[in-house]
Amino acid sequence: MNVQFKIWRGDASGGKFREYATEVSEGMVVLDAVHDIQRTQANDLACRWNCKAGKCGSCSAEVNGMPKLMCMTRMSDLPLDRPITIEPMKAFPIVKDLITDVSWNFRVKQKIKKFKPRPPDAPDGTWRMQQEDIDRVQEFRKCIECFLCQDVCHVLRDHQMHDRFIGPRFLIYAAALEMHPLDTENRVAELREAHGIGYCNITKCCTKVCPEEIEITDNGIIPLKERVVDEFYDPLGWLWRTGKRKREP
Amino acid sequence: MADYETFQHDVLVIGAGGAGLRAAIEASAAGVSVGLICKSLLGKAHTVMAEGGIAAALANVDERDNWKVHFADTVRGGQYVNQWRMAELHAKEAPDRVRELEAWGAVFDRTKDGRILQRNFGGHKYPRLAHVGDRTGLEMIRTLQDHGVHQGIDVHMERTILTLLKQSGRVVGALGYDRERGRFLVFRAKAIVLATGGIGRAYKITSNSWEYTGDGHALAYVAGAELIDMEFVQFHPTGMVWPPSVCGILVTEGVRGEGGILTNKDGRRFMFDSIPENYRAQTADNEEEGWRYCQGDKDARRPPELLTRDHIARCIVREIKEGRGSPHGGVFLDIAWIKKKIPNAAEHIKKKLPSMYHQFKQLADIDITEQPMEVGPTTHYVMGGIRVDSDTQMSRLPGLFAAGECAAGINGANRLGGNSLSDLLVFGKRAGEFAAQFAKENQLGDINGNEIENVAHEALRPFERSRGENPYMLQRDLQETMQDNVGIVRNEAEMTSQLEYLRKLWERASHVGVSGNREFNPGWHTALDLKNLLTVSEAVTRAALERKESRGAQFREDYPEKDARFANVNTIIWRGEDGRMNVRLDPLPEMPDYLKQVIEEMK
Repeated sequence: MNVQFKIWRGDASGGKFREYATEVSEGMVVLDAVHDIQRTQANDLACRWNCKAGKCGSCSAEVNGMPKLMCMTRMSDLPLDRPITIEPMKAFPIVKDLITDVSWNFRVKQKIKKFKPRPPDAPDGTWRMQQEDIDRVQEFRKCIECFLCQDVCHVLRDHQMHDRFIGPRFLIYAAALEMHPLDTENRVAELREAHGIGYCNITKCCTKVCPEEIEITDNGIIPLKERVVDEFYDPLGWLWRTGKRKREP
Repeated sequence: MADYETFQHDVLVIGAGGAGLRAAIEASAAGVSVGLICKSLLGKAHTVMAEGGIAAALANVDERDNWKVHFADTVRGGQYVNQWRMAELHAKEAPDRVRELEAWGAVFDRTKDGRILQRNFGGHKYPRLAHVGDRTGLEMIRTLQDHGVHQGIDVHMERTILTLLKQSGRVVGALGYDRERGRFLVFRAKAIVLATGGIGRAYKITSNSWEYTGDGHALAYVAGAELIDMEFVQFHPTGMVWPPSVCGILVTEGVRGEGGILTNKDGRRFMFDSIPENYRAQTADNEEEGWRYCQGDKDARRPPELLTRDHIARCIVREIKEGRGSPHGGVFLDIAWIKKKIPNAAEHIKKKLPSMYHQFKQLADIDITEQPMEVGPTTHYVMGGIRVDSDTQMSRLPGLFAAGECAAGINGANRLGGNSLSDLLVFGKRAGEFAAQFAKENQLGDINGNEIENVAHEALRPFERSRGENPYMLQRDLQETMQDNVGIVRNEAEMTSQLEYLRKLWERASHVGVSGNREFNPGWHTALDLKNLLTVSEAVTRAALERKESRGAQFREDYPEKDARFANVNTIIWRGEDGRMNVRLDPLPEMPDYLKQVIEEMK
């Protein structure tokens, strides 16, 4: 069947929705339709994509107002009797058409302290970890860096607090490091201050849009918030740590 | 005069997948400045799609495994036309490269005693693939990326290299452009590592992304390096076939490693019908033994579904051609059947193959814990590539190195699953190490302004032809004809006609036009990629014509058997002074006796 699309075209100086129509056949996803339009009607329509199988996280966009991977959004799941709108993510500056400048995310990651393992457990330089101790970390490491969670987070999207808050993606990244059984680094102080974990008021929008179904809020952010509380606001913990520091010469 | 910005690095790495990142990390650790060019965003390269695992003889699951077994498996799978030295280094060094990833934060699935778990895969005698469910590539690229960004590497994202710059026979830099603004960029470097991946976009049905247009192959070839083994293109036996829009998307070999079986429309496990002679001794001859192997019984031999990819792909094509295929032109791959064998099978499948579960559920409305999948061959990997020194990874052009899929030699006529990720690590590291050494021993060269002017001018010409031919249509015509004429089953007549057709496509390519401006213009990019796609397509076709036999991934219906005349040669492609593509056969380097003995012992 022939389906109508409204695709945002433009750049940093402005733009508007342009109308297109293309044939939709069984099994098609939104990215297929965008590619058809690109191939036949708008060679210069800019969009990112790579794997087309939900593994690389390149084709993030807002489809009918919902943050989605275009490659994993089936046309048959959308109402086809009215135009499908496709527009770029809102939390990042526009480059062109469906492409946004996501470079901020790469800069943020660089500021998070890197993995620092404990000395190897075995003489051959290897470690031992039990599967049940890494299940949680593996959940977080499923992240494909599509940045849809960043896009939907109101602290970034509505309040533009990119300089004070690292966003759900990097809270999950920090959680994966903090909960890594081999890691010896402590990132709690930065999480509280430079990374702005307190700005998250756990509305769980990030969890809802995660294409990898990571429990970002419940399994990642809340436990991190608890660590911050334990370290900075728990008086008994504070006394214990102070005492311990004194005993250590 | 073309306007351009200039960057300067000791080592420039072109390509930011597993091999490029590993090379950049190594070069940077050696104390030289490193620039890393990404065609897409960092962390989105093709490595991210690798699923099954990294092959390395860690011997964590089966203590009988060691580098000798891995070496013998690799050259047997490659039909003995591999560069023996690369296969040896790869088998010996892969375990260290995997352990190193763990030290950098990778979190592999574990054995019961807490070590890195390994799984079964096609052509590997013992369970050998370190993995994370079926998203091992993501784990690997993320680990390298996160480690690399703390090393002071200059990352250039969304940039494409158009040509390598030379000075008196040596590579001294590269000219490219940035996608965001469409501006030209000059990178001066003392050494360059190509790590651009494969050529799968030359075919219609492929598991490869838009990036896989043979850029490194073509850049090196045009600059004067040689290509080797280009006839060997791997068609992965299991790609999705339905619905049409997802045709070609990979279904990991891990499905078969976990016990998945291939059946035809009559429900017959057809892989038992054709076990090649050189694998008969190590392959199960009944279903029960095959299942016991998948369950870790060390006395059992592996099921025929874990034979090499070239062979399985051909068997699937045979079933389909002879009318025993599935409704949508594939065969059935069934993992759900294991519920007859183990309790909680559905949970087990979801745990071991989470992204396959997700992919079929979301894209095809198939629950793989309940129903079989429909699969068929998909263009997946090129064994051929830039000819390099086995130890240093340097091409015959001084200062030009290559690693990973765009380099060649480790895999011979067919690659074993899992050997790609380990190849990226082992030879990425080596390329980085020796490129850094070359950079320390050499000075920056001079850049020729005229050359830049010419290439930049040529790159902009499609804009002068806004009414010229649509580059996407030309790309489609190339993909369809390569699929039909130089695909899984080949013959002289079709390939000769394809050479003639390629000549026409070259002509058409000089008339493509693009609309819009230079800023993030995928039409323009498609137009620029055509030259690389046509170059590698011609190289594959010429090499395949030259090898008048069937071996590994190359199947010639006009020469259906292996031929001793081709048992000890590689095809070499190089560019003549007149700009024409030449092909010749070079003898394989003589394998030393200690390795011959290893092969003998492992028979």
